[in-house]
Amino acid sequence: MNASAAKFKPGDRVKVRFEDRPGHLRTPWYVRGKTGWVERVYGKFLNPESLAFGRDGLPKKTLYLVAFNQCDLWGKANKADKLLVDIYEHWLDPAA
Amino acid sequence: MARGHHDVGGLPGAGPIDQSQHELSDWEILADAVNQALGAKGIKRTDEMRRAREEMDSAAYRDMTYYERWIASIEAILIEKKILTREEIDRKLAQFDSKWGEP
Repeated sequence: MNASAAKFKPGDRVKVRFEDRPGHLRTPWYVRGKTGWVERVYGKFLNPESLAFGRDGLPKKTLYLVAFNQCDLWGKANKADKLLVDIYEHWLDPAA
Repeated sequence: MARGHHDVGGLPGAGPIDQSQHELSDWEILADAVNQALGAKGIKRTDEMRRAREEMDSAAYRDMTYYERWIASIEAILIEKKILTREEIDRKLAQFDSKWGEP
């Protein structure tokens, strides 16, 4: 894996795009539009949004482990509780 | 676009999660075997199976159990790839029904 090719690094704040389009979307609804931070950079993988339709999955996309405070997702939650989701780079924008 | 029937995390009213262990039926184990065999032969990928389940009729999706959804998505992908036809699957089902089905 070429970590330098990744747009984000651990600790970077990221906002998930609120996209809603036809197709196979690997980003769950409950994190769309939400802000979290990168926990880990997994590396590059074939794009499941393309594989889902029998295509080749290229170009590969960088996959991150992204953390969210549960309070930011559900409202009612323990302040210390986090939620970790695997999210591909094309779903993420930099956040303040 | 509406939120997909598969993408229900965090929706209120779902009730508690049933965490009890249960035995798998023979047909459920067979469903897993068929799924793995098709994957090993390069006929389908997990992402295609997920997409097929997402494209199912929403009422049918909600009515089905986990492995029933697997079977339905395997059928959909095999038909889409022209490996089987709906008619061939239905004909075989009718044969099984007459052999083992309830009278």
